[in-house]
Amino acid sequence: MDRMPAWADAVLVPLFSLVLAAILSALVIIGIGEDPVAAFKLMVDGALMRSSGWGYTLYYATNFIFTGLAVAVAFHARMFNIGGEGQAMIGGLGVALVCLYLPWPHWTLALLGSAAGAALFGALWALIPAYLQAKRGSHIVITTIMFNFIAAALLNYILVNLLRPPGAMDPASANFPEATHLPTFRDMFSTADTILFRGAPANVTFFIAVLACVLVWLLMWRTRLGYEIRAFGHSESAAKYAGIAPVRITVVAMLISGALAGLMALNTTQGESERLILNATEGAGFIGIAVALMGRSHPVGVFLAAILFGFLYQGGAELALWTNIPRELIVVIQALVILFTGALDNMVRMPLERLFLAFRRKEG
Amino acid sequence: MARTGAVSAAIELKGISKAFGPVQANKDISIRVIPGTIHGIIGENGAGKSTLMSILYGFYKADKGEIFIQGHKTQIPDSQAAIAAGIGMVFQHFKLVPNFTVLENVILGAEDGALLKPSIAKARKALTDLAEEYELKIDPDAVVETLSVGHQQRVEILKALYRQADILILDEPTGVLTPAEADQLFRILNRLREEGKTIILITHKLREIMDITDTVSVMRRGEMTATVKTSETSPDQLAELMVGRKVLLRVDKQPAQPGAPVLKIHDLRVVDKDGVERVKGIDLEVRAGEILGIAGVAGNGQSELLEVLGGFRAATGTIEMNGQPIDLTGKHSDGQSRRARGIAHVPEDRQREGLIMDFHAWENVAFGYHHDPAYQSGPLMNNAAIKADTERKMEKFDVRPPNPMLTAKNFSGGNQQKIVVAREIERNPDLLLVGQPTRGVDIGAIEFIHQQIVSLRDAGKAVLLVSVELDEILSLSDRVAVMFDGHVMGERDPKQTDEKELGLLMAGITEMPDKPIIEAVEEQLKAKQAREAAQHG
Repeated sequence: MDRMPAWADAVLVPLFSLVLAAILSALVIIGIGEDPVAAFKLMVDGALMRSSGWGYTLYYATNFIFTGLAVAVAFHARMFNIGGEGQAMIGGLGVALVCLYLPWPHWTLALLGSAAGAALFGALWALIPAYLQAKRGSHIVITTIMFNFIAAALLNYILVNLLRPPGAMDPASANFPEATHLPTFRDMFSTADTILFRGAPANVTFFIAVLACVLVWLLMWRTRLGYEIRAFGHSESAAKYAGIAPVRITVVAMLISGALAGLMALNTTQGESERLILNATEGAGFIGIAVALMGRSHPVGVFLAAILFGFLYQGGAELALWTNIPRELIVVIQALVILFTGALDNMVRMPLERLFLAFRRKEG
Repeated sequence: MARTGAVSAAIELKGISKAFGPVQANKDISIRVIPGTIHGIIGENGAGKSTLMSILYGFYKADKGEIFIQGHKTQIPDSQAAIAAGIGMVFQHFKLVPNFTVLENVILGAEDGALLKPSIAKARKALTDLAEEYELKIDPDAVVETLSVGHQQRVEILKALYRQADILILDEPTGVLTPAEADQLFRILNRLREEGKTIILITHKLREIMDITDTVSVMRRGEMTATVKTSETSPDQLAELMVGRKVLLRVDKQPAQPGAPVLKIHDLRVVDKDGVERVKGIDLEVRAGEILGIAGVAGNGQSELLEVLGGFRAATGTIEMNGQPIDLTGKHSDGQSRRARGIAHVPEDRQREGLIMDFHAWENVAFGYHHDPAYQSGPLMNNAAIKADTERKMEKFDVRPPNPMLTAKNFSGGNQQKIVVAREIERNPDLLLVGQPTRGVDIGAIEFIHQQIVSLRDAGKAVLLVSVELDEILSLSDRVAVMFDGHVMGERDPKQTDEKELGLLMAGITEMPDKPIIEAVEEQLKAKQAREAAQHG
């Protein structure tokens, strides 16, 4: 059978899915008596028309890039890592320990240290499910989702009983020392006359995320390890024939995936809250699945999809703030986008493909 | 239009066309099948034989064209309609319920009512009659999974006859049979013909066409290129019609000049994950400059032997490569270390093992050799070097189209296999393992691949060839070993043996039996099936 060209698959399908999700969302908004056009305008205004809006959009996008890459790398090895949430939580623990218990002279060094801590802790949290999958055949979906709950409980225990400063009321660690604070976009881009990104949490971690995209691309398409991961993901029987060890690839791919998810904590824990709090991840681990699906597990796609979801998050917050559209409806809109771009991918692709082929036959 | 023949054709197709997307699978095909004859349809993989038969059996709907059955124009929208029109189909992969008895399988889908008992009683009577009429003897109460493959096929034929089929279509029926079983099948088909049934035999084996058919139609690239009387044609002419040019059916090669042993296998045993012993203590030796062919029906331990040698299955026993033992535990050995020892491997299943179908051709040429220093540049892979290497190998092995950026699945079967063969032979290995090198490969490519294997041998390398095609084994090998039920039944010189002798060995019979051959063969196969069923339990 013939297929439509790759560009159409990568661009048209997500675009169509988005339009469908938008139409359905508009219908829902009309259904509760609000104006969808005004709502959309508000979202764009709030998320994209001001630098502070961008500051939020890119802050969320940073989270989604990391978790999206994490899911994408696992996808290439044909594994469904839905434990990004837990790996990011434990990554946060790594960040907190590095920032609190090691003396750092400057934020650049602290960032290197905490990145190592976040990646290491995230990877370790993925190691046990990976090992169980590789050696015992325990399904990675089941184990990683269970590890999300274990991570939440563990973090709760550690915050309440170990990291909480004496006398503090909330389950959170002490504030990180001044030297570990990361520069925000406001620090980096404001001039003496104009203040940009006022109050927005976007910080230098965004550039780490962009760097991560480049590195993941290099890893997957330019190194032997990436070649082996992709080969294994496409065909385990062929990988065995070629002498690619399934156990090793399963474990290594999951370690990389967990490390990427863990790195997200740089943004939330060190960059934004500057201390370790409960639920810093806010579901970003799960959004990463949608981001990876929509981005076709390619770093460029993941980057673009992460920006889109950052926009939806920030725009959604604006809607909740300024209109009568309830917070729950924002979740519905986000869910529709996930549904169409992620789960219902084939529903859009197949008619589109048929259309494409019919068109081409007419031409030829 | 006035009909010219005295009798109307059993089946007549007029101008059948069928396209899948831009691929024209069948192009304006017309064919007349005379009642009471065996009509062969021959063609290479992808020539459109299966599509045509699927149209006849109601799986696909033709874009254009008409079907006449016994002179009447007939619509066949689904397989029910095909059965109603008196067409029965025996598929290459049987459609039987393994844990049902023969009777239950025969009535499945043709029950008379909600209660099974009357249907079964009726079918038992019908089966007895059919067995008598066509010499299709089979125990109606046997569970299908305990039957040999040949007998399972017989159940398929009975199923069709029970449904009153007058026209029987058989798709590659001998692929899984020993030669003796194939002979028996042909006897049955002859008998069916004598009783007035019409048979369409789809095959890629020229010998079968010559042996049994009355008329043969040749397909090439979706078109019917010729229909000729079998008595008025020759294998060479048919091959030429199939490929569109003259082809060399026999392999042109000089006598082997064997040197020192390269591979020595002693007491090799393999137990699969279900606990069934698949290789039961075999001893083999392959010397430099010779091709050792392993003949046997699929599923007698040959695949496992290749997998052990290729490094992706554990085993016990000893294997020496150039005098040095190789590890068989699977713990410290894999495809990589085997390649480092000079073993290259063209695996039996190129789509599941030899290639990553979604990878580009150049990525596939590096596959298994992606550790080669020539393919690296620092910490990264040198993709440009791999692409250049791929271009060179594609040109040398005449891979078409010679485009390294094309995805493997977009090549034809023959060209996919050429990519694998090029990758492995160009490594200049001491030992080449080859499994089913020409399965699903067009005749033109077969010729080329055979030449490459022979020239590797002539360069003083050892070749271990596993194939279920006896013709291929006999024409390529310098020595033939026959495997049955995990044992090597014996070795023969291909110049001093024939298909008959090898066929007996393939059924585990080493001496000429004192009873009819087919009985001895079936006894052996039944015993083997029973042993396996017992080990599973």
